[in-house]
Amino acid sequence: MSGGATLLAPSAAREPAAPDTSFGGFVARAAASGQLVVQPRMGFGDPHRMRDGLRRTRDAVATTVGTLTIDSYTRVGDQDAARAALREGTPLNGYPIATHSGEVTRALLEGVRGPAFPVQVRHGSSRPEGIVRALAAAGLDATEGGPVSYCLPYGRTPLAESVENWARCCELLAELVPAPRVPHLESFGGCMLGQLCPPGLLVALSLLEGLFFVRHGIRSVSLSYAQQTDPAQDEEAVRALRRLAAEFLPAGVDRHVVLYTYMGVFPRTARGATRLLEASARLAVRAGAQRLIVKTAAEAHRIPTVQENVRALETAAATAALCGRPTDPPGPADGEVYREARAFVEAVLDLAEDPGRALLTAFARGVLDVPYCLHPDNAGRSRSFVDADGRLRWSEVGAMPVAPYRDAPPGRALTADGLLVALGSVARRHDGPRARP
Amino acid sequence: MHILLSGTASDSHTWNLVYLQLFLEELGHRVHNLGPCVPDGLLAGACAADGPGRPDLVVVSSVNGHGYRDGLGAVQALRRAGVTLPVVIGGKLGVAGVPDPRQRRRLLDAGCDAVFDDGDTGALREYLDLLAGGGRAARQAVA
Ligand code: B12
Repeated sequence: MSGGATLLAPSAAREPAAPDTSFGGFVARAAASGQLVVQPRMGFGDPHRMRDGLRRTRDAVATTVGTLTIDSYTRVGDQDAARAALREGTPLNGYPIATHSGEVTRALLEGVRGPAFPVQVRHGSSRPEGIVRALAAAGLDATEGGPVSYCLPYGRTPLAESVENWARCCELLAELVPAPRVPHLESFGGCMLGQLCPPGLLVALSLLEGLFFVRHGIRSVSLSYAQQTDPAQDEEAVRALRRLAAEFLPAGVDRHVVLYTYMGVFPRTARGATRLLEASARLAVRAGAQRLIVKTAAEAHRIPTVQENVRALETAAATAALCGRPTDPPGPADGEVYREARAFVEAVLDLAEDPGRALLTAFARGVLDVPYCLHPDNAGRSRSFVDADGRLRWSEVGAMPVAPYRDAPPGRALTADGLLVALGSVARRHDGPRARP
Repeated sequence: MHILLSGTASDSHTWNLVYLQLFLEELGHRVHNLGPCVPDGLLAGACAADGPGRPDLVVVSSVNGHGYRDGLGAVQALRRAGVTLPVVIGGKLGVAGVPDPRQRRRLLDAGCDAVFDDGDTGALREYLDLLAGGGRAARQAVA
């Protein structure tokens, strides 16, 4: 897998390669020609605005794929509320794909989406059947999620129910998008709650969800990692994810790595937000991720406009283009993050032959334990901190198969102010007058 | 005071809830955190709790942009169920990044005691002092 970007015309990845119209195929072709694919998180309730957003994403000076980000009512399965909000004219925080008719969604995609511009549905639902049916009915074939990553951060659905729903929906997606089309599924495991989760656990969760997808009939997957607090640690994490994917995913499964620009409390100034975005684009190229999902300068404040999304896409693409191709350092990617992630993966896969069962048992026993997660099926005994060098580490590990950091600060009780300081560390560093790039 | 802390029906964000729980506890209150994505029925049920766990105040938090609408639904459901406790709401309630005076008015008219739609926790602290001092203030838009 090679990432990297050169200053090719943005259309280089858009040559109509007739047979392969899949999302995974598009990303692979872009990577082969040295282009980082960039993608927005974009969703509006109004189909016209949504279409305009997709069109302008496609036309941005960048190699892009489009996104339908789904609204919160649809995510929690409250179609009545989504319908009522549309009727009242209350703006939604995403596109209600299961409420607008299939006809409306097909019309908004018509002439925009195509082999040269795939569109992915991003939703955050632990009960995704309605969304999967709606996206397939609209002719789409790429989406995102996972039994753990779309459950623990996204509400109160019991984990066992989410695992069952996701197993069924992987199979449903494979069935509704039959060969020669290739359905694509991305794990959100590399993000979880967006912040303060040490990289080893994020990498492991993403890989384990990838294995879960494959078990349930999906043959094209992407594994994710969200930028955290330290560029060097993040680079190690992306490389660890690539190595584990090569070691654990069956040959013949199409795969790539997607990086998310920082998913926690975002810088409040446009300058700080742009610096953080640019750092993520450089990280993507340096570490060999093939796709980057961007954040805009409006992130800390409100839902971004189409214009703000386009600006973020073009900023990221231009930054990536200036980086040149990465050269992987010699030797295996076996740093601290790799070793931690591998310890998690092996401990989980030892628990059961079936990945869904193994994940359930792992959470029940606290072998996997996401810090600061309120979900009742998460043990809640782990804690993390940002060390003096800016790396994210474990201070408490509960029953997890990793060790707390030797220089972890003595277990002080968490305070409200202490939490805000920890959550705001990345934003402060980028907003500050002498911000470190 | 005994405070019932709750997310709204469609909102899955939890860092706001983790933060507010610590914030309220440090002010000396006892907090029952209901977590994210709380349906109106669950919230009403928790308000009706009797005995030592009986709440004195409901604090609703939402940041996903559906807060005005979900908050309105929640407070209407509580008042319909006969809940007379003070109910306050705050966070990032709309998708526009600025408070919406019309939506705020609707929340107050529906029976919210205070609306902190710019997420100002300093203003919440003052409101709590007032409540603890015995007076239930007139409905206010704390901006
Ligand atoms: C982390 C994060 C996530 C994580 C959340 C994980 C979790 N379980 O918590 C993930 C990635 C899963 C996520 C998902 C989504 N998110 Co989000 N998320 C954020 C982010 C980056 C940080 C939030 C955070 O951690 N804040 C830290 C806490 C401590 O602060 P706070 O929440 O801002 O609350 C403060 C004040 O508002 C105030 N406050 C809050 N409540 C109350 C109540 C009262 C009474 C008072 C007085 C004060 C108060 O106190 C806090 C301290 O000052 C913000 C953007 C940002 N701020 O940078 C977006 C953001 C909140 N998310 C947003 C959205 C829309 C979503 C999604 C719907 C996806 C989407 N369409 O983009 C989903 C949620 C799905 C659902 N069902 O609701 C939007 C909301 C838009 C808006 N309101 O206009 C934001 C602003 C991003 C954006 N610009 O689009 N998100």
